[in-house]
Amino acid sequence: MASFRIEYQVMSDPGKIKSSEITDEETYLNRRTFIRRAGLLAGTAAVTGLGYRFLNPPPPSEVDTAEIAKVVREAQSKLSDDLTPLTDIANYNNYYEFSTSKTAVAEKAENFVTKPWTVSVDGLVEKPTVFDVEDLFKIEQEERIYRFRCVEGWSMVIPWVGFPLSKLIEKVDPKSKARYVAFQTFYDGENPTGKDVRFPKEPSGMQSTFFAGIPLPYVEALRIDEAMHPLTILATGIYGKRLPNQNGAPIRLVVPWKYGFKSIKSIVRITLTDKEPPTTWNIQAPNEYGFYSNVNPEVDHPRWSQATELRIGELIRRKTQKFNGYSEQVAKLYSGMDLRENF
Amino acid sequence: MSETKFHKILIFINSLIPLAMLLWDAYFGKLGANPVEFFLRSTGVLTLSFLLITLAVTPLRKLFGWNWLIKVRRMLGLYAFFYGCVHLITYSIFDKGFDWVVIFYDVWSRPFIAVGMSALALMIPLAVTSTNAMIKRMGGKRWQKLHRLSYVIAILGVIHYYLIQKSDITYPVLFGIVLAVLLGYRIYNRYKPKSPSLVSS
Repeated sequence: MASFRIEYQVMSDPGKIKSSEITDEETYLNRRTFIRRAGLLAGTAAVTGLGYRFLNPPPPSEVDTAEIAKVVREAQSKLSDDLTPLTDIANYNNYYEFSTSKTAVAEKAENFVTKPWTVSVDGLVEKPTVFDVEDLFKIEQEERIYRFRCVEGWSMVIPWVGFPLSKLIEKVDPKSKARYVAFQTFYDGENPTGKDVRFPKEPSGMQSTFFAGIPLPYVEALRIDEAMHPLTILATGIYGKRLPNQNGAPIRLVVPWKYGFKSIKSIVRITLTDKEPPTTWNIQAPNEYGFYSNVNPEVDHPRWSQATELRIGELIRRKTQKFNGYSEQVAKLYSGMDLRENF
Repeated sequence: MSETKFHKILIFINSLIPLAMLLWDAYFGKLGANPVEFFLRSTGVLTLSFLLITLAVTPLRKLFGWNWLIKVRRMLGLYAFFYGCVHLITYSIFDKGFDWVVIFYDVWSRPFIAVGMSALALMIPLAVTSTNAMIKRMGGKRWQKLHRLSYVIAILGVIHYYLIQKSDITYPVLFGIVLAVLLGYRIYNRYKPKSPSLVSS
């Protein structure tokens, strides 16, 4: 009851409040200002922070593919270099069909269905064949630890799993006229239904040539002696697991002494020919990317130096080696050739 | 604390947030496979963003009457310079190992580096003359004239960004469009028929 009476008094007779208890006007206004400003500061900071995160998200890092049952491993690796972690290999990809941002490819390629998959081998061969990729998985799967040097000036050390390309080419019995081997990547980015005639499945998530900025489907090629070289492999896995989509699943080329873009991903067609086939980056910018594109620290890209490279995982650039360190094995393929002319 | 001072603190803190987040991510190893490249790209884009924000102050004031913005414009410009310096330092140390010969060769032989360096070099006189004392010493008219260099700097910045792309030019083009709008607004304002206005340039 007592408290009620007091409240009643307060309401009916505000004059009874001691003047010392009244918040003076200046403090009252200051408090309001303070709250408003604190709110503004916190609010704008949150918007700036979230906005920044949205516009410039940090790259992701997860990989989840099937283990490869039987992998033949070298007793001891010939490379002393440390392996690049799988999360880096799988989240730093140039795969323009999905995205031109290396860190966005993994997510964009998430729903790319690579099963079933066939690789057709045709052209100047006695036995043109359409291979089911599952059958190619049955060829003895070897581990090959290679340096991988991108034309952009970064490099990795990758434990690929795969088999020599020569094993596949021998299966189709090449004609003697065959001098080049051309490769083509799967592509359905211009197809509104997303259904490739030979691969009736879900849309891959690939984008149109307009957004990729390069002509697609992606095509690459090697001279036949480069293709038959024992270092040249068709990779089906990394780190003992099947290739993640973003790394070129289910099957890709790896040519360790050439810039990375020569190692074409997600191959659907291999054609043997007698003329030098067109290659995507060479069509895009012929003065910047040659047919050979052998790693060469002495021949700069017109817009940047090729003398050094950033090994992913390191902070200071290291010197780039000629033929990416594989001179001993491959330099003889180019004897007598002007490598500045044939870059 | 005056309202102006508060606005300055507000802009100061907000402008530092991207750098703080970058450093935070770097410390925890969250910048991905190539942290140097990520840091370099991010600081470059931030430099260009602050240049465009600075150039957006005049149009925003005139269109919406946000006159308080003028008091923080110099700070925004200085942030552009600051992020540009961080960008250059990152490039010099991590990309070039502080090797002056290599850096000079790079500037000399690669147009996109030369363009970027020129843009940053042109920002130096603007940063130096950004104090009240300097405005007084130079006189408002001359100061304003000098600071129109910011238009050239922003154009060079967009060109620098455009030249480094391999094929996808979406972002440089977006920045270019925003810049064209901001500069176009000024040209339009200059040549439109005069009408009585309370806001002077």
